[in-house]
Amino acid sequence: MPMTDTTQRSATISVLVDNESGVLARVIGLFSGRGYNIDSLTVAPVDQEGRLSRINVVTSGTAMVIEQIKAQLDRLVPVHRVADLTKDGPHVARELALVKVIGAGEKRVEALRIADTFRARVVDTTMESFVFELTGAPDKIDAFIELMRDLGLAEVSRSGVAALARAKRVI
Amino acid sequence: MSATQSQAGQMQAGAEILLRALKDQGVEVVFGYPGGAVLPIYDALFNQNAIRHILVRHEQAAVHAAEGYARSTGKVGCVLVTSGPGATNAVTGLVDALMDSIPIVCLTGQVPTHLIGNDAFQEADTTGITRPATKHNYLVKRPEDLARVVHEAFYVARSGRPGPVVIDLPKDILIGPAPYTEATVQHASYRPRTEPDPDQIARAVALLKQAKRPMVYTGGGVINAGPEAAALLTAFVRETGFPITQTLMGLGAYPASDPQFLGMLGMHGTYEANLAMHGCDVLLAVGARFDDRVTGRLNAFSPESRKIHIDIDGSSINKNVPVEVPIIADAGRAMAALMAAWNADPRQTDKPALTAWWRQIDQWREKQSLRFSQDKTKGAIIKPQYAIRRLHEISREFGRETYVTTEVGQHQMWAAQHFPFEKPNRWMTSGGLGTMGYGLPAAMGVQIAHPDALVVDIAGEASILMNIQEMGTLAQYRLPVKVFILNNQYMGMVRQWQELLHGSRYSESYSAALPDFIKLADSFHAKGLRAESVDQLDDVIREMLATPTAVIADIAVDQAENVFPMIPSGAAHDEMLLGPEHGATSAGVTDAGLALV
Repeated sequence: MPMTDTTQRSATISVLVDNESGVLARVIGLFSGRGYNIDSLTVAPVDQEGRLSRINVVTSGTAMVIEQIKAQLDRLVPVHRVADLTKDGPHVARELALVKVIGAGEKRVEALRIADTFRARVVDTTMESFVFELTGAPDKIDAFIELMRDLGLAEVSRSGVAALARAKRVI
Repeated sequence: MSATQSQAGQMQAGAEILLRALKDQGVEVVFGYPGGAVLPIYDALFNQNAIRHILVRHEQAAVHAAEGYARSTGKVGCVLVTSGPGATNAVTGLVDALMDSIPIVCLTGQVPTHLIGNDAFQEADTTGITRPATKHNYLVKRPEDLARVVHEAFYVARSGRPGPVVIDLPKDILIGPAPYTEATVQHASYRPRTEPDPDQIARAVALLKQAKRPMVYTGGGVINAGPEAAALLTAFVRETGFPITQTLMGLGAYPASDPQFLGMLGMHGTYEANLAMHGCDVLLAVGARFDDRVTGRLNAFSPESRKIHIDIDGSSINKNVPVEVPIIADAGRAMAALMAAWNADPRQTDKPALTAWWRQIDQWREKQSLRFSQDKTKGAIIKPQYAIRRLHEISREFGRETYVTTEVGQHQMWAAQHFPFEKPNRWMTSGGLGTMGYGLPAAMGVQIAHPDALVVDIAGEASILMNIQEMGTLAQYRLPVKVFILNNQYMGMVRQWQELLHGSRYSESYSAALPDFIKLADSFHAKGLRAESVDQLDDVIREMLATPTAVIADIAVDQAENVFPMIPSGAAHDEMLLGPEHGATSAGVTDAGLALV
């Protein structure tokens, strides 16, 4: 039975909720109150009227814990739908990062060159700094930030993961 | 909304709209306590007779009273408290209702919307504080939302897995004009599932039919599903001939006098119930949540059984114990479907195996794990178990419909073990949260709902003091609640754990400076009685039951008595401790078990 599997896995869970005050607190409170991990969290309205928001949570746990997380989210009153994108099939997950690098000379040139290979855009520049904008899967962003570490990495702002199932499947 | 609005006519003050919505939801009684922020509601209450207000002495008691009302009637209990301290005092009651799945709607006052967040007088972030203490909560910020939110709150409280719902009401919303809207039937996102999946029912029947050592384990979910669910469960269990055990919350759903009933299971459950749980090969769990007090050590819980779990809350399934057949449904609907599928299935049960299984269970029963010995000579000290048994027997002679509430501790466990219940909704106890001080206000709520019934709070002398102020409420509304105190001058369960696990170091568990309960009763216009030895017990119980007013009966019981059987935390069902009657007392508790207490 899969429920007895004790290996940890990562799960990207999408939750469609009423866009009302307190709904994010309910979701976060559930994770902290029950001791679940939050590795990444995004939330924004996703319909034209602004009535529905989509929350994407990247979490980790055993199969039993992840099923629990889904069930606990599902019973919150303002929750419309819950999907475990990782389990339900292939999905795309993207994150946006702004990365500030401060430096001069060779390192500055190298930073720009690497940014180019990662298809990062320069969205702000001075003679001593760059702000790079980068989108991609979280591990690509991790790799970019790691490379910038020796090249004057100053600060990072990441959006957290936005995710959708591939093909015609919707939440 | 505009159509219903015009239908409903002109605008009224928010407080009037609120009461109208409560009436439409069938509210007859509100348990509450006034204060500045809710004065407009009290003003509206003053001008009408449809809703009765019961003035409690503390907001915690208002919630417990509403719980007692709800649990004994199956209706939603309604609470009204003011902002700030009124709301924070109610929090214990709300968590209690959340843990035990009791439908409550709690109206809390709030400072006017323009003052929210300003640290105004008697302001508290009530929705923030009660978010993890409720099934759901609302802050009404616009008058046009008021009626809809009230209707929705009642729907959320009573449907699915029931629970407490808070509606936070800013004072300006209560004063200003608001439109009325009728209750709508469907909720956009909250749609609890009640019908079982037929495929899973079929799988369950297949498992049950071939069971050699079946066991049925049921909980509060059956009570919450209504008396019909209890009747369906009873019919199914009798049809199958399977043994059944119940949790603390589930008592009364199956008649305790029936020979198929093995008694309560869990930490203080019977020997036969726990060993049958441990030894069964197919386990049918209905409306029970595999709580740690029930399962004991998880990795040794019912190790050989294939498990079927019926629960209305999907998050209760596979939470603590992996199950093979999950059935998300209302307990009543599921039992009806199970019964139909059982009868339609041509397969026969394994009769010889079931006979052997019952033979084994009867052997376990012969242990008489609840046995105690009462010295009947004049002047002998009263055993608490004996006091409860006499209370039950004598109350039966009186022949009145009887409801029992309890506080929390040893007396609660003895009541669960020794006071049998034949029907659901007759037993009100704080199971999940274990709230001392629950019993007296809960009894109050039960007595309001059932004015002619006998309502007894089986209490301990420590617990009862946690909400003793409610004696005033009993006096004001002439509620003839009987408080039956098993007085051992200790926080008994704490003392028991200290004896068994902490080298008899009775740190802070002695009830020093107790009040004279007879004088205390007297000062609250009730009758006080005391029994100090076994020869006085029956007379005191008879007088208590014959007295038309509230009574406190102070029963001096054996201070050294412990609750047995006992599965120490961290132990398995087959590692149960039996009492001195069975010649063993030492608790084999591991360090890991100690942490689980």
